[in-house]
Amino acid sequence: MSVALKVENVNKYFHEPEEFHVLSDISFSVNKGEFVPVIGKSGCGKSTLLYLLSTLDTDYKGKIFINDQLLTGESQNNLARFRNENIGFVFQFHFLLPEFTVLENVMLPALKLGKLSRKEIEEQAIDKLRQLQMDAFAHKLSSRLSGGQQQRVAIARALINDPTIIMADEPTGNLDSINTGIVFDIFKNLAHEKGITILTVTHDLDFAKSADRVIEMADGRIKDS
Amino acid sequence: MVDTLIAKRHLMANKKQTLVAMLGVTFGIAMFILMISFMIGVNQFMENTMLSSTPDIHIYNDIKTDYSVSIAGDYFKDKNLLVSVRHPKPKQVNLNIKNASGILNNLRQDPTITRVSPFLSTQVFYNYGPVQINGYINGVNIIDESKIFDLRSKMTIGQPEDLLNTDKGIIMGRGLANKLNLGIGDMVTLTTPAGTSMSFRVVGIFAIGIGTIDDTRSYINLANVQQLMGKDRSYITDINIKLVDNKLAPSKAGELYKKYNYKSDDWQTANSSVMASNIVRDVLTYVVSITLLTVAGFGIYNIMNMTIKNKMKDIAILKAQGFSGHDIVRIFLSQSLFIGFFGALMGEVLGFLLSYALSRVPFPHNDFISLKYFPVIFNPAHYLFGLVFGVVTPFIAGLMPSIRASRIDPVVILRG
Repeated sequence: MSVALKVENVNKYFHEPEEFHVLSDISFSVNKGEFVPVIGKSGCGKSTLLYLLSTLDTDYKGKIFINDQLLTGESQNNLARFRNENIGFVFQFHFLLPEFTVLENVMLPALKLGKLSRKEIEEQAIDKLRQLQMDAFAHKLSSRLSGGQQQRVAIARALINDPTIIMADEPTGNLDSINTGIVFDIFKNLAHEKGITILTVTHDLDFAKSADRVIEMADGRIKDS
Repeated sequence: MVDTLIAKRHLMANKKQTLVAMLGVTFGIAMFILMISFMIGVNQFMENTMLSSTPDIHIYNDIKTDYSVSIAGDYFKDKNLLVSVRHPKPKQVNLNIKNASGILNNLRQDPTITRVSPFLSTQVFYNYGPVQINGYINGVNIIDESKIFDLRSKMTIGQPEDLLNTDKGIIMGRGLANKLNLGIGDMVTLTTPAGTSMSFRVVGIFAIGIGTIDDTRSYINLANVQQLMGKDRSYITDINIKLVDNKLAPSKAGELYKKYNYKSDDWQTANSSVMASNIVRDVLTYVVSITLLTVAGFGIYNIMNMTIKNKMKDIAILKAQGFSGHDIVRIFLSQSLFIGFFGALMGEVLGFLLSYALSRVPFPHNDFISLKYFPVIFNPAHYLFGLVFGVVTPFIAGLMPSIRASRIDPVVILRG
C-alpha cells in the first residue's frame, strides 16, 4: 500500500504568551485509503498537528510529506496551490460562504483550480452533492441550511477537486448523534470505496472506535497503542 | 475569474454599504468636475475680457522727468561752485512718441505683428448741458483699432465706420452715454486740460463689459484729437499692437523696448493681478478637489476595513481551500476599484449635470461685467482626469486593507 502522508520528527513551539513545546518528535505515516481519527485530551496538540499537516501552519521543525512530496519549506503560493489540488478540508464550524448558493460553494475550489470548464465543474459539483444526498438543496443559499446539512455540503466541497487526503477538525463537534452517524458513514465510505485518506481530529470516542486505526495523543506526543 | 465572482458577491451582498462608498467618490468627482469647469470658465472669461481691453503689446511714452540736470548748473557753470537744487519742479514734457511714423513703418513690416494701431489719448471733460464728467478720449484710426479689439461685436448702436462718415463724430462708452443721457445724433462738448474745447456728434455706442472703460472712454478720429489739442498730424502718444501669437507678448515687448526705448507693456504684465487670481483659482480648485477625494478615499478605506473584518472567516476558508494571498488581494482590491470606477462614472454624470445647470444660471446683473450666465466650460480632459483620479484614490485606499486581508493567518481563525 502506498503512503499518503508521512511525518518525520516534527517539533513545534508556541512563543506566545510564553515558550511552550506543543509537539515533540512526532513521526508517523498514513496509507492511502485509511480512515484515521486523531484523539486526545484538549490541549494535547492534536489540532495543532492537523494544521501543520494541512500546510496552513508552516512554523515547525521536521519534515512533512504528502504523496511523497516534501512540503516543508515550500512558498506560501505553492502551498496554496497544493492545498487546492490535493487536500480537502472539513471544519467544526461549517464555514460555507454565506453569499453563495450550496452549488457555488462546492464549485469554488474547482473554479480556483481552473482545470475544467465551468459547465464540467457544475456537473461534478452536482454529482458530489448527490453522493451526499444534498443535490436537492443545490440552489439554496448556504446560510439557509441546518448544521448537519451544511456539514455535508462542506464535505462535498472538500471532495470537489478529488483530493488524495481529507483533513477534518472536529467535523462532528457541532452535530447531533444522527448527523454524527451520517458524517461517520460518509467518511468510512470515502476511505474504503474511493481510496481517499481521511485524517480527522475528534473528541468522539464512538466515532474513533470503529476506525481502521486511531492515533492517540497526549502532551504533544503520540501514545503507543 | 473566480476572484471577481467572489468580489462581485461581496459587493452585491451589501448593496447599501457599496452604494454609500460609491456616493463618496461620486460627490468627490462631481465637485471636482463642477469646480474645475467653473473655475476654468471664470479664468477664460477673465482672459477674454482683458484681451478685449488690453492689446497684446502697448507702447507708450511713460512720464519720466529728468531732475539731474538743472538750468542752475548752466547758469553757474563758470564759477567754481557745487550747485545743488533742492526739490525741483518737473519741467514740461511732451508725452508723444517721437519719430512715430518711422516706428510705425517698422512695426508694420514685422512678420510677427498682425496689426498696429497708433493713437492719441488725452484726458477731457465731457460737457452736456450743465453736466461735466471727467473721462478720456482715444484719437484713433478706427479701422485699425476695431481690428485689434473687435469693436464691431461690441457696438450696441452704430458701426465703427460711422466715425469715418461723419465730420467730428464720437463713439462713446455705454456707461458714459447713460450718465450724460446722450443718444445717437446728440452733440457733446469736450474740453481738454489745456482749456480748448470742441463739439462732437454721437455716432455710436460701445460696451466692452468693463465698467472702468465703458464709463470713461470714447473714440474720435485721430485727426480730430490732434486738432482739439492743437498738435500736428504726427503727434501720437500710444501704439497698440496685435501679435500672431499672443503667448510671445512678454519677450516681444522686451525686444521693442530695447529697440525704441519706449515703455512696452505686454498684456500679461498689464493684467498681472488677473493672471495671479487665475493661478489662485487653479490652486483652490485642486486643493478642494483633492480634499474631497481624500475624504472619499478614507470612506472607502473604512468600508474595506469593515468588510474585511466581517469576512475574516471567509478569508480563512478561502485560504484553506487553496486561494493564495494574491487572490485575496485581488478579491478585495477589485471591490475597491469597482466602487471607485462606478462611483467616478456617476460623479462625472452628476458633475456634468451640475455644471450644465450652473451654466444656465443667469449671472446677477452688474454694471461692471457683461456676463449673461455663469461662465462654465466643458472640457473632456477634465472628465478624463476625474475618472483617473476616481480610480487611483480607491486603489490607494483599498490597497492597505487588502494586503492586510491577505496576511490573515487562517489557522488562528479556523481554530476559533
